[in-house]
Amino acid sequence: MISVYYFGAISLILIGLYAVLVKKNLLKMLIGLSIMETGVNLLLVSIGYVAGRSAPILSEGIGPNQAVDPIPQALVLTAIVIGVATTAMALSVAMILHEKYGTLNVEEIRRLRG
Amino acid sequence: MLKRALAIISLLLIGYWIAQGLAGVPFGQDRMLVAQYYLDHVKEQTGAVNAVTAIVVNYRGFDTLGEVTVLFIASTGVGALLWRRKKQRTAKTEGSIVLTTGTRLLVPFVMLFGAYIFIHGHLTPGGGFPGGATIATAFLLLYMAFTAYEIPHKAFEKTEGAVGMAYVLVGLIGLAIGGYFLYDWIWQDWGFGVDNIGRLLSGGFIPIIYTIIGLKVGTELSGIIDNMVKEEVSE
Repeated sequence: MISVYYFGAISLILIGLYAVLVKKNLLKMLIGLSIMETGVNLLLVSIGYVAGRSAPILSEGIGPNQAVDPIPQALVLTAIVIGVATTAMALSVAMILHEKYGTLNVEEIRRLRG
Repeated sequence: MLKRALAIISLLLIGYWIAQGLAGVPFGQDRMLVAQYYLDHVKEQTGAVNAVTAIVVNYRGFDTLGEVTVLFIASTGVGALLWRRKKQRTAKTEGSIVLTTGTRLLVPFVMLFGAYIFIHGHLTPGGGFPGGATIATAFLLLYMAFTAYEIPHKAFEKTEGAVGMAYVLVGLIGLAIGGYFLYDWIWQDWGFGVDNIGRLLSGGFIPIIYTIIGLKVGTELSGIIDNMVKEEVSE
């Protein structure tokens, strides 16, 4: 059976996906993408957790066998930065779309249809 | 309504699928393979106490260079997308007295805290990316409080380019001395700070790299904020 600790991450991913699928406002879709990203990062960090162990900073009292997995944390550190960068890019595209069309509704922005 | 129902049904399917995939992954179990090697050898191989920092800068330093490049491209992209001939801030109202006074008091300390985060990256949680983001929030605070405030563009652009090149230069010095890109010559060859592990002057070139990354992230995020805050003015 799936652990209850993963449910938070999965529900965050699903809430973000719902916003992306259903909402029509571009800003709300971008917020949904950010929520999804948070969910994925949370999932990665929680997979790296080891019960009863401490953060991977090997100071006094924490040896190599008392630390959690440091690799997911390093990867998530990377993912957060990339997420901020892509969100900034998407927001500036949304700003330009709003200037051109006067709306952020994806159904009214004709050019976005394939 | 139908669309919403379809969306919820497909979400439930996707959620069930993810949960099925994770059902075989127990929570809180020790699954370390390569990470255990990193944890066992991080102190003598890199001199850093914080294993996450050692992985980001030492073991996967090339990845971090790529990450900095992605950030640079994103910042350039925002600049290119929002490029206009006449750009100004159109905000008319100054911040309230609470905001302006608070900004005057806090900005130096916010910047100092950001610098603390990236200089102590090999000892405490944090590093170049959070430190740089903290410094960018100081500039955001200045932008919100004072309508006439502008970041020093020329200095920022020069800093951004110079620290980007400095990262590659540190890597190339490692290539010249040790034989591979981003070789940590300060720790491996000089053994600088061997008796000092856990204090500030240790950790090989991690503090140097993180200072570079912190400055780069700080200037780039400030540039993104600057690009987003400004609007086109018609004459």
